[in-house]
Amino acid sequence: MIDYDKIIPDVVKGIKPSGIRRFFDIASELEGVISLGVGEPDFPTPWSVRKTAIKTLEKGKTVYTANSGLIELRQAISGYLNRRFKLEYNPKNEIIVTVGGSEAIDLGIRALIRPGDEVLIVEPCFVCYSPLVELVGGIPVTIETKEEDNFKLTAKALKEKITEKTKILILPYPNNPTGAVMKKEDLEPIAEVLRDTNIIVISDEIYCELTYGFEHTSIASLDGMRERTLHINGFSKSYAMTGWRLGYVAGPVPIISQMLKLHQYAIMCSPTVSQYAAITALNECDDEVKKMAAEYDLRRKLCVDSFNRMGLSCFNPEGAFYVFPSIKSTGLSSEEFCTRLVNEYKVAVVPGNAFGKSGEGYVRVSYAYSIKHIIEALKRIEMFIENLKK
Amino acid sequence: MDTLLGLLKQNARLSNAQLAAMLSMTEDEVAAKIEEYEKAGIIKGYSVILDDEKADKDLVTAFIELKVTPQPEFGFDEIARTVMMYDEVESVALMSGAYDLAVTVSGTNLKEIALFVAQRLSTIDGVLSTATHFVLKRYKEKGIFIGAEAADERGFVSP
Repeated sequence: MIDYDKIIPDVVKGIKPSGIRRFFDIASELEGVISLGVGEPDFPTPWSVRKTAIKTLEKGKTVYTANSGLIELRQAISGYLNRRFKLEYNPKNEIIVTVGGSEAIDLGIRALIRPGDEVLIVEPCFVCYSPLVELVGGIPVTIETKEEDNFKLTAKALKEKITEKTKILILPYPNNPTGAVMKKEDLEPIAEVLRDTNIIVISDEIYCELTYGFEHTSIASLDGMRERTLHINGFSKSYAMTGWRLGYVAGPVPIISQMLKLHQYAIMCSPTVSQYAAITALNECDDEVKKMAAEYDLRRKLCVDSFNRMGLSCFNPEGAFYVFPSIKSTGLSSEEFCTRLVNEYKVAVVPGNAFGKSGEGYVRVSYAYSIKHIIEALKRIEMFIENLKK
Repeated sequence: MDTLLGLLKQNARLSNAQLAAMLSMTEDEVAAKIEEYEKAGIIKGYSVILDDEKADKDLVTAFIELKVTPQPEFGFDEIARTVMMYDEVESVALMSGAYDLAVTVSGTNLKEIALFVAQRLSTIDGVLSTATHFVLKRYKEKGIFIGAEAADERGFVSP
C-alpha cells in the first residue's frame, strides 16, 4: 500500500485549509440561511463585456495568446493604470495578464523568495498570502493592524518588523476583510521607510475601484516606489468578473521577466475569451464601475449605521465591500458569534479570525447583496444581539 | 433621478432612519425632503406590488388599446379623463404609435372585463376601436420580480 503520508511533503501538509471554507460547510448544511458572507459582487458582469465574449467565441478566437497576454489587453491595462492612477508601465514587458490577482501574487512571491526570507503580511487580510509564502520556504511575518488606527499600516508598526531578512511587504488595500484604505497621506510615511531598502512591495489593489468619497492612490505612484513595487490588480471586483479568472501584475522589468517564466510554465496564458472581454471592460465600462460603486456606497452606510445602532461598534470602512464590526461587547469569540448566529438566526457572516489573529473580536460582513437582502439579514442579527443581552 | 427618489421607488417602506444612513442625512432632513416631494406632487402616492397569483387568485387584468379621435379643444385629455374615472381602470397613458390610449383594467373574471370594455369604454364619445389583451402571467412589475427570484449562485461564504 502506498503511504501517502510519506509522499506528501510536510510543507504542503502544514498548510491550513481556509477558515472561510470550513464556515461555508456549516452554512450549506442548514436550511433557510441567508448570507452576508461572500466576497464577490452581486452584479452580473456588464453586458457589453459579456457581448464581447460571445462575439469572441462566435469568431472562433479560441487559441493561446502571447504568454503575457494579448498585446491589445496589455495596452488597455497600461492606458487604464495611467488614466486612473498616473502609473506608467510599458505594455510590452512590464505587464503580465494572470489567472486572477491571486496568480499574480503567487508569481511575485515565487520569483522573489529564497528559503528563510521574511515576508511582511499586513493583517487582517485575504487568506492566500501566508500559505503561498510558506510553500516556497519563506517566513510569513505578520504586522497586526488595529481598529484604533482604522486598520491602516503605520510606519512605526512596519519599522518594528523589518529585519535584514525582510524581502517583501504585502500591502493589501483597500482591504479585505476590514474595508480599510490607505490614502496618499497614509502611504507616504510607508514609502519613506521603504525607499532606502531592498524590500519589494506586493501591493494588492484588487479593490482599487471601490473607494468611497476619495480617489485611490497606488503606492507605486509615489516618488521612488515604482522600482520596488509590484502592482497587483484584476477584473473580479471592479467589473464584477470573478468567474472570468483574470488579473494582472505590473512592475519593473527585472522582476516581471522572471515572473513571466513561471507564468509561462504553469499557466501558458490566461483564458483567451476572458482577455478579449477584459479589453471591453477597460475601454467601455467606466460608467458601470461608477454605478456599482455608488450602489455599494449606499449599502455600506446602511450597514455601518445599523451595526452601530445595535451596539456592535463598527469603524467606518472607506473601501472594498465589507464592514468589520467589533463583536467584543457580546463576550463571544468570533467563531462562537458566527456559529451561533448561523445556527440560531440563520445568517452567515465570516469570523474575523479567519483573516488572521488580529481579526479576533470582529466579523466580516459583506454588503455585496441587495438592500432588501441586507435589511432582512441585519434584522436577524439585531434579534440575535437583543437575545444575547437577556 | 435623485437618489432618495430612486431608493423609495425600489422600496417605499425603507424607514427614514435607513434612508438617512444611506444618504448621509439626518432623519429630519429625510422627512422634510419627502414632504417637499409630496407637496410638489413629485411623489404621488405609495403603493404595494403584489403577486396577484398569490394575493387574489380571482383577479384578472387586461391591457386595452384604445384608438380615439382627439377632441378639437382638449386633444386626448378629455377622453383620458373620462376613462380614468372608472374604478375598474388602474392606469391610463397616452401612447405614440399604432393606438392612442393604453388602459389597464382589472376585474374578477374575463367576462366582467369584456363587458366593461364593450359597455363602458367603447361607448365613450370619440373612441373608435378597442383591442383587449388579457394578462396571463407577470414576470416583473415596477422593477420588482414577480414569482420566484433567481437563486444566488454565489453560495454562502467565499474569500
